[in-house]
Amino acid sequence: MSAIPRLPLTRNIRRGAAPFSRAEYEQADGYLAVRDTLGKVEPASLIALIAASGLGGCGGGGFPTGRKWQLMPGKDQRPGPRYLLINADEMEPGTFKDRLLLEGDPHQMIEGIILSAYALQADHAYIFVRGEYLTAIERLNHAIAEAEAAGLIGENILGSGFDLSVQVHGGAGRYICGEETALLNSLEGRRAIPRSKPPFPQVNGLWGCPTIVNNVETICNVPHIVRYGADWYRGLGVNGALGTKIYGVSGRVRNPGTFELPMGTPMRDMIEDHAGGMKDGYRLTAVLPGGASTAFLMAENLDVPMTFADMAKHGTRLGTGTAIVLDDKTCPVGFIANLQQFFARESCGWCAPCRDGLPWVERTLKSIEAGEGRATDLDLLLEMTGNLGPGRTFCALAPGAMASLQSGLQYFGPVFEQHIATKACPWT
Amino acid sequence: MSIVERQPPLDATERAAIAELIAHYPTARAAAIDSLKYVQQRRRYVSDGTLHEVAHLLGMSAAELDEVATFYNLIYRKPVGEKVILLCDSISCWITGRDQLAAHIHQRLGIRQGETTADGRFTLLPIVCLGDCDHAPVMMVGDTLHGNVDTAALDAIFQPAESDTP
Ligand SMILES: NC(=O)C1=CN([C@@H]2O[C@H](COP(=O)(O)OP(=O)(O)OC[C@H]3O[C@@H](n4cnc5c(N)ncnc54)[C@H](O)[C@@H]3O)[C@@H](O)[C@H]2O)C=CC1
Ligand SMILES: Cc1cc2nc3c(=O)[nH]c(=O)nc-3n(C[C@H](O)[C@H](O)[C@H](O)COP(=O)(O)O)c2cc1C
Ligand code: SF4
Ligand code: FES
Repeated sequence: MSAIPRLPLTRNIRRGAAPFSRAEYEQADGYLAVRDTLGKVEPASLIALIAASGLGGCGGGGFPTGRKWQLMPGKDQRPGPRYLLINADEMEPGTFKDRLLLEGDPHQMIEGIILSAYALQADHAYIFVRGEYLTAIERLNHAIAEAEAAGLIGENILGSGFDLSVQVHGGAGRYICGEETALLNSLEGRRAIPRSKPPFPQVNGLWGCPTIVNNVETICNVPHIVRYGADWYRGLGVNGALGTKIYGVSGRVRNPGTFELPMGTPMRDMIEDHAGGMKDGYRLTAVLPGGASTAFLMAENLDVPMTFADMAKHGTRLGTGTAIVLDDKTCPVGFIANLQQFFARESCGWCAPCRDGLPWVERTLKSIEAGEGRATDLDLLLEMTGNLGPGRTFCALAPGAMASLQSGLQYFGPVFEQHIATKACPWT
Repeated sequence: MSIVERQPPLDATERAAIAELIAHYPTARAAAIDSLKYVQQRRRYVSDGTLHEVAHLLGMSAAELDEVATFYNLIYRKPVGEKVILLCDSISCWITGRDQLAAHIHQRLGIRQGETTADGRFTLLPIVCLGDCDHAPVMMVGDTLHGNVDTAALDAIFQPAESDTP
């Protein structure tokens, strides 16, 4: 029997090598949680366990997973198909953690799906993987075939009476597919336009049926919580947080990468100890803590624990937990302009403020960066952060876009003004 | 779409494959993306004629299917080269020099975003973060992901293309 892990999500992952086969995964105690649970534990008590663990959504929102599962109507209330939909659309710039889990340990993903589907009494699971993740798609399909051959997926799994089909659905691009209701439309073969919430997918999801949408990392935690318990999971975190998190960092650090660390690890520890600090000749100006739709955290606040609550205290969000470093040799205006170019292009076009506003923001920033900005531009940009902010648009894409702009105007105001006054970018 | 770009009608294998894709879902239209990706893999892009035929198999109108096809950036409704180059233009790759790589590609292959080389080997298209930011700058050429790309790596990747041209 393997030792009780402190870093459960990555314990089987050997970077640069092939992932565990089913046999290797089982040798490492994989699928034991499935064998001990199906037909033996009440689905409802499994949901209670996940709620007790405090597991939060790792797709960026941090919404308590147990609570979300409890909101799905029971099979007796809503007969008919029920779905579990894994969100593996990972496209938020600077985010590359789900790739690690999918490519590195596909059986962990499958085991999480089997247990979660059993808890939810879902009979079909889809893994929506962005189309560019070809290795992940291939490895998942292989793992599914292995699990089917071993009777872990299919009809009457391990004699428990529980049936489950698992299918990989490869996407065809577009960031908006990751928004959970746009994801539903995309899977149904429509344009990926968000739907209004409520009703949430739990109640009205795929083809109108109850559907739970969860991020890859969220579901990969499930087998470990089932096996080692809620208290064990809660004890993994530091600084008052619970569990572990796949954090990551990119930009001009010595060793960019992903690191599974206790939830609550300070940002500074990740960047300095795990990522080796900044490359020679570069200083850290600020970071986006969790992807392109989070607000800047300035260098002086680097000791903040990486939790949802602590990041909020500094006006930003943990998001996906994968940080992007802005260094002193990179122009903040150019940096923000690049982010806005992304959001403008990826707007789904459904609602006017986002569809028309984001390209306008992008053009304004690019003209400032090119030394063609006007003094009035800054007030207009600030106004846009309000017009495209939370509650003004149909989904969270546009407010996400405004996070870097609003905090950038706040922290880098003089840099913007310098561009406009000198009609040039000081960095070029 | 111009008439010269006409593609042959779907053959029996292709029809059977699409039927098989449809069988995976509760509704036929849910197989729209899978079907478009499948025909594109065989034909490089989806012509008007092919779109009509696939729509028929899915029980959708051509307009409905085109609405889907044109939404997604990995479905090509116009001819592309043998290999599509997707050079990430999101933040971590931008910081680490993707603009210089785009300039190098232009210098070497003579193409900018949206263009195809004269010999029809490569098409360069924009792409968002490829989820491999710890290896920035990153690009895909065909089905292959390349990380930590520099101009020397670009030269190596595009070498055969150039040695082919007289
Ligand atoms: N992983 C990635 O690539 C990306 C992640 N994101 C993240 O996505 C988040 C925004 O996504 P949303 O789904 O709009 O976030 P949200 O915070 O509204 O929802 C998060 C989850 O909780 C559920 N939920 C929230 N309130 C609920 C309620 N009252 N009743 C029942 N269920 C409820 C939602 O259904 C959803 O599954 C941002 O925090 C952002 O960081 C954004 C872009 C890309
Ligand atoms: C524009 C946009 C893109 C998103 N992309 C993703 C994504 O790629 N992966 C993901 O898990 N969640 C993404 N989300 C969040 C999802 O809507 C949803 O909150 C999440 O999948 C729920 O899973 P969780 O509770 O396990 O975090 C996105 C949200 C928005 C607004
Ligand atoms: S905010 Fe943008 S992405 Fe979201 S629905 Fe509106 S147009 Fe589409
Ligand atoms: S920003 Fe280029 S791969 Fe993520």
